[in-house]
Amino acid sequence: MERLIVVGNGMAGVACVEQILKYSPRFDISIFGEETELNYNRILLSSVLAGEKSADEIILNDACWYEKNRIDLRLGVRIVDVDSGSRTVTGDDGSITSFDKLILATGSSPLIPPIEGAGKPGVYAFRNLEDTRALLDRARSGARAVVIGGGLLGLEAARGLQVQGCEVTVVHLMDTLMERQLDAIGGAFLKSKMESLGMRVLLGRNTRAIVGAEQAEGVEFDDGTSIEADLVVIAAGIRPNVELGRRAGLLVRRGIVVNDYLETSHREIFAVGECVEHNGVCYGLVAPLLEQGKVLAATITGNRGPKYQGSVPAAKLKIMGVDVFSAGDFSEAPGNDAVRYEDGSLGVYKKLIIRDNRLAGVILVGDTADSHRYMDWLTSKSDLTALRRKLLFPDPAEDTELDVAQMPDAKVVCGCHGVSKGTIIQAIQERGLSTLSQLKECTRASTGCGSCTELCQQLLKAVAPAAPSEATAALCKCFALSEAQLREIVRTERLRTVQDVLNIYGNRQGCEICKPALSYMLDMVWCGGHDEDRSARFINDRVHANIQKDGSFSVVPRIRGGVTSPDELRRIADVAEKYKVHMVKITGSQRIDLLGVQKADLPKIWADLGMPSGQAYTKGVRMVKTCVGSEFCRFGVQDSTSTGIELERRLENLFTPHKLKMGVAGCPRNCAEATVKDIGLIGQEGSWQVVVGGAAGKKVRKADLLVTVETAEEALQAAALFFQYYRENADYLERTYDFVERLGIARVRRETIYAPMAVQQGLRERLRKSKAHSRDAWLEGDEPRHATQFVQIEPLENVLA
Amino acid sequence: MNERNGTGGKQWVRITECANIPVREGRTTTVGNHSIAVFNLGQRFAAIENRCPHRGGPLAEGIVCGATVVCPLHGWKIDLETGVAASASPDAPCVQTYRTRIEGGILEIEIPVAGAPREETCETTRVHRDRPIRWVQRKLLTTRAEMRELP
Repeated sequence: MERLIVVGNGMAGVACVEQILKYSPRFDISIFGEETELNYNRILLSSVLAGEKSADEIILNDACWYEKNRIDLRLGVRIVDVDSGSRTVTGDDGSITSFDKLILATGSSPLIPPIEGAGKPGVYAFRNLEDTRALLDRARSGARAVVIGGGLLGLEAARGLQVQGCEVTVVHLMDTLMERQLDAIGGAFLKSKMESLGMRVLLGRNTRAIVGAEQAEGVEFDDGTSIEADLVVIAAGIRPNVELGRRAGLLVRRGIVVNDYLETSHREIFAVGECVEHNGVCYGLVAPLLEQGKVLAATITGNRGPKYQGSVPAAKLKIMGVDVFSAGDFSEAPGNDAVRYEDGSLGVYKKLIIRDNRLAGVILVGDTADSHRYMDWLTSKSDLTALRRKLLFPDPAEDTELDVAQMPDAKVVCGCHGVSKGTIIQAIQERGLSTLSQLKECTRASTGCGSCTELCQQLLKAVAPAAPSEATAALCKCFALSEAQLREIVRTERLRTVQDVLNIYGNRQGCEICKPALSYMLDMVWCGGHDEDRSARFINDRVHANIQKDGSFSVVPRIRGGVTSPDELRRIADVAEKYKVHMVKITGSQRIDLLGVQKADLPKIWADLGMPSGQAYTKGVRMVKTCVGSEFCRFGVQDSTSTGIELERRLENLFTPHKLKMGVAGCPRNCAEATVKDIGLIGQEGSWQVVVGGAAGKKVRKADLLVTVETAEEALQAAALFFQYYRENADYLERTYDFVERLGIARVRRETIYAPMAVQQGLRERLRKSKAHSRDAWLEGDEPRHATQFVQIEPLENVLA
Repeated sequence: MNERNGTGGKQWVRITECANIPVREGRTTTVGNHSIAVFNLGQRFAAIENRCPHRGGPLAEGIVCGATVVCPLHGWKIDLETGVAASASPDAPCVQTYRTRIEGGILEIEIPVAGAPREETCETTRVHRDRPIRWVQRKLLTTRAEMRELP
């Protein structure tokens, strides 16, 4: 066995070791890491800062992995010297270790520009977990943070700090944000997007000094202006760590120079990652490092052959809702043709650079859905002559799956976890996956930076038999994400308040469209175990009554199945008189509406009625309309009243994407109009039909048959299954008739009554949980959520009265 | 009493403990003949006339988005700083605004003294294009439906 030493326990070094382990064993491997951490995903530090992930969640190789592969891991030891003659490395702990082969994977360090006071307490770099922890420790609500550097890392740090509650200013030396990846227009689009998230962006400012007596208190620019700061982050770029290369006598320019086999100028010493320079280029992005690691693994294990031929530099900003992608050369030099598209109000900017009929570079801001196709054109150097008129807007593809179909199986889809297309397809087929969350759980694909989410979705669509196609329209102008995406995020990021979702993924303010939608989403996802924020609810859901045109409210008590009693009717009549209700109205839903009630009277009315809320004011379960049924009716064949009352009992007090009305008919004459209800049960001789998606409102639609079953209990079960399925999958304000039509009844059946038992149980269990958390809203009359929930504020003094 | 006197025929009136108005919500209060909607915006409070210039909706019951309140009746958006309704037209109608301050945990509102001419920040009676909330909802759904139909 030969002794292999790897200096650097980062992504490049460990990824290379993973590749080496795929060959037959020939090395005793030692890895030295200067940090005291296991190998973690450095590109996700911004997610840790943003609180989306914990430090543990970004670990790529845990302690077991090192143990299992018999790798001798020495953490917290910095290698200070390499003797290429005697083939030894010296650690800062004085240890000397000999090697047969050496890999330098020393990475890079933050570039600290010559700014006076850059060493003060309160000034941070943003490069490793330690920096991130220090920043998290320091960041607090209201703190003023200044980020020097408007590149990828700077912007991600800025967003992370903002999510932690800081007031953030980004200071950039150049006139364009991310000027190495974007042109002036793209930079301007990005700037306005960042500003709309609530960040201040200062361009063309050269920082002269960081001022403050004991610690950073402000930043001064060379134009004489200054701003105050509680903390300063310097993210002005990186510098390859080449010191060990120099000490070993290797050829070093900007980085440690390597050839196409990742060999340095010394036979037994190799280098990989951000510390190397290949063909005059140093790479600071993850994809090139992984490619290099594969080549080096072949070289070092005696399988020299594969060559590293450089990578197309490609970068994607990892800020949720801020889509920026850039690859290749985007300069408009002579000989380069630029193809542009820009829409200022949507914030979408696309630019392609074509040279010799081939794609040379691409910039995408605001819409990066096509980045994969452009990346393919770039790396394959495809001739685009025939596509020239369709570069930005390709023909609505006859074959939407062509992109993924063309990818080789070995191609890595998820760069963060190294998951290939082949692995994903295998997982989909063998384990019967059909949703993105299942795929994430099984393969870890798309759980890293998330930039491959789109591709994973496409693979699911292509391979899984009935993969749902996710709607992609953004929820509203506050978010760049669809409701389906937000549901996924709320679930995986464990968000429990509307304001958290807005702060992290939206524009912090929200609007009257997204706030109620998010309120519903959180309640549904957490089965009622979320943190309810009444300020995000419509007034009806704050006071549990329906606001009328004059600002008064209406009160509709629950009368299950439309069946009431003399005693209830007497109480309703008393209340109507006592509170001088303007109108008592029999509604179309077999209930009684008391109209023209003042807000302050609501709790008293509820107490006097002694009946639960009919939820007539909310996007929730309204009622079950029933006919008389077999108990009295001479044509009735099933007991529609008691079945209807039971259906209402099981589902009442729950919220739904839109209002939900039900009906139960005791015979096919359908007096309860069950065929035009969201959910209908129709009794027949010896069986029940369960129908869904009916409507008799703005639109008239006959409900689709979900299933026919023998007993009332089975009918109730099928209805509940559909009910929860609708709750989980419809967009907010989407009635069942739109929902069922959008999905098609075949798919609804497949995913409810014909779904695998485990899926059905999941739906039932979540419904059970939600039901357990739900309560009659009118109980808040006795225990208001807030002292002034139902009252008008009386001024402490009324001098003008 | 001196510090109570505001400027130009106005007076600071003690209203209520700040905690009585939950963050991002509004409450109604009446001072003299002023029906006022008071909002807790987190760092500060805002007070405006509690009557939407559109159809008189109770603005205190609206959803607060940043420094805007959305009328619960038909979705008009009123700027809490200026009282102006969001509108495409340059002469949008508006509601009266009141200055607020916090003294020892008590919210105070500056009210014009009775008899002083009512301050009109702009004309309130203009006819305005109706943009009910249901229109927004419908728009949202049609847009989604259209997006879905795209190949």
